[in-house]
Amino acid sequence: MSNMKTAAPTSVNLASQIGEEDRFRDKLLRMARENKLAVISAVVILLFVLAAIFAPALTPYDPKEMDMMHRLSAPSAEHLLGTDEGGRDILTRMLYGARVSLLAGVLPTLMSMALGAALGLIAGFAGGLTDDIIMRIADIMLAFPSTLLAMIIMYTLGGGLVNVFLTLSLVGWAGIARVVRSETLKLRSSVYVTAARSIGVPRGRIILRHILPNCVPTLIVLFTLNVPSAILTESSLSFLGLGIQPPDTSWGQMINLGRQYLYNAPWCSFAPCIAIMLIVLAFNFLGDGLRDVLDPHLQNQ
Amino acid sequence: MKQSIPRRLFESLIVLIGVALLIFLMLRVVPGNPIETMMGEHANQATIDRMTAELGLDQPVYIQFIRYVTGALRGDFGTSYSLGKPVSALMKAAFGNTLKLSVFASLFAWIVGIVCGIISAVRKNGFADHLFMGFSLLGVSMPVFMTAMILQFFFGYYLHWLPISGSGDWRCFILPAIALGWNSAGAISRLTRSTLLDVLQEDYIETARAKGLTQSAVILLHALRNTMLPVVTMMAIQFSGMLSGAVITETVFSINGIGRLAVQGISGRDIPLLQGTVLFSTAVVILGNLVADCLYSVLDPRIRKEA
Repeated sequence: MSNMKTAAPTSVNLASQIGEEDRFRDKLLRMARENKLAVISAVVILLFVLAAIFAPALTPYDPKEMDMMHRLSAPSAEHLLGTDEGGRDILTRMLYGARVSLLAGVLPTLMSMALGAALGLIAGFAGGLTDDIIMRIADIMLAFPSTLLAMIIMYTLGGGLVNVFLTLSLVGWAGIARVVRSETLKLRSSVYVTAARSIGVPRGRIILRHILPNCVPTLIVLFTLNVPSAILTESSLSFLGLGIQPPDTSWGQMINLGRQYLYNAPWCSFAPCIAIMLIVLAFNFLGDGLRDVLDPHLQNQ
Repeated sequence: MKQSIPRRLFESLIVLIGVALLIFLMLRVVPGNPIETMMGEHANQATIDRMTAELGLDQPVYIQFIRYVTGALRGDFGTSYSLGKPVSALMKAAFGNTLKLSVFASLFAWIVGIVCGIISAVRKNGFADHLFMGFSLLGVSMPVFMTAMILQFFFGYYLHWLPISGSGDWRCFILPAIALGWNSAGAISRLTRSTLLDVLQEDYIETARAKGLTQSAVILLHALRNTMLPVVTMMAIQFSGMLSGAVITETVFSINGIGRLAVQGISGRDIPLLQGTVLFSTAVVILGNLVADCLYSVLDPRIRKEA
């Protein structure tokens, strides 16, 4: 981290920019060499993403078509993971549900990171009253238990795919703003920012060219660690029946629908449960691995 | 942690007021008139107007807010639309169950977490260490409803050892407590392990060993005291988190607690109930964080001196 900071003042210079990217790649390579778990996790995530994208090619069944002749049938050669209460193939629904569940992890996290990073940069750089106002709002958001906050925003917005994504974005930004702000405070007092200020570089330019690029490693780590929590919150909302509504499918919703048949058809709920657990574990391992090489001091937060 | 207690008190109060305002405003912008929802489609306009006036919903929003806050300070959270009873009475009845659940879950998390954490640190990289740390990772990655359903399926349905749901006698609370406490047990054991490993590097441990104390005496008499500092703080935060965040556990095990009331508030489009339960839960979290901060400065003489 410290050598990255000292490298930044010359980052306008093309040669050193290439050098910096090299170091970033070196760090990723080091992780790949030393941390097998992170590599396996990255592969698992990639497989999930591919499965979600190519869902129609991977399964002969339709995720929405009912087949009342084969309700709640146990796993078999025809239906590898069995069928649900509507006779729909569970594996098929999981592949299509992966689209919603993975998007619910990634899209809202990107949005909350954009919002959180922008507010954190402004708060940290401006200081004073602006800082106080932004950070007090963040404190208020962080005081809520996250499930309850998501529930109450869902209530206000109403159910459905887009509103779930909006809710998750609104729930996640405050924690990110807090980290980015403390990072900005550290960078603001660095020598090269003082130098840039003293030659009259405009504030917006200082933030975009000198502070933001130095926050990128932290943001990458935060991203990988926030995706699983967004996936878990989406599944909790859908599990409570507040999130994704039929005919859309997500893993959390499948678990909720399958819960009524827990004792005569446990596969309905347990298959999507295991999918959630795998993807969350994979993101956590990858996030830990990235943190170790990119931003070790984040550990304490 | 670096700030004095009065200042933290003041900040918590500001956050609490902000929370109340945010909840209040969010629930006011919900489309549709709550009275019309409550009375059904066939109510006539005169009745709706009368009810609206009776509940004070015809007043400007800021007056409604002031009324709500002053009422809440006296313990009056209004009347539930869907259940027809005062929200405070409903919450009082539900709080007992939530408290029981949280206490059982915390006891589980504390005992399991601390014991596993100590064993893992003492036998670092041994079999038990890998086993416990694996379990704690699973705990963090498994959604609560998954743990809950596995416990229900295995111990309730398959083995018939414990009741599957309800909030009757204490046996009903065992499975929910494990489901809810699992996550915290994992977090506590990881923290205990890493703190104890740090403490064992200190000079005074070296001294104690040099005096010829046995391993267990070194751990229990010298190292553990200093390990417990961050752990106790985390325990306070986790306990208040359980008091407020048991929505899913209570739903899966059909326990009539605060979390279930909040879900009822949503499904019944019952603003006073939802408002009351969320405000109460968030206040508990804020209080928990405050207590944790105070505990820290009381327990750690170094901070006490600075403050």
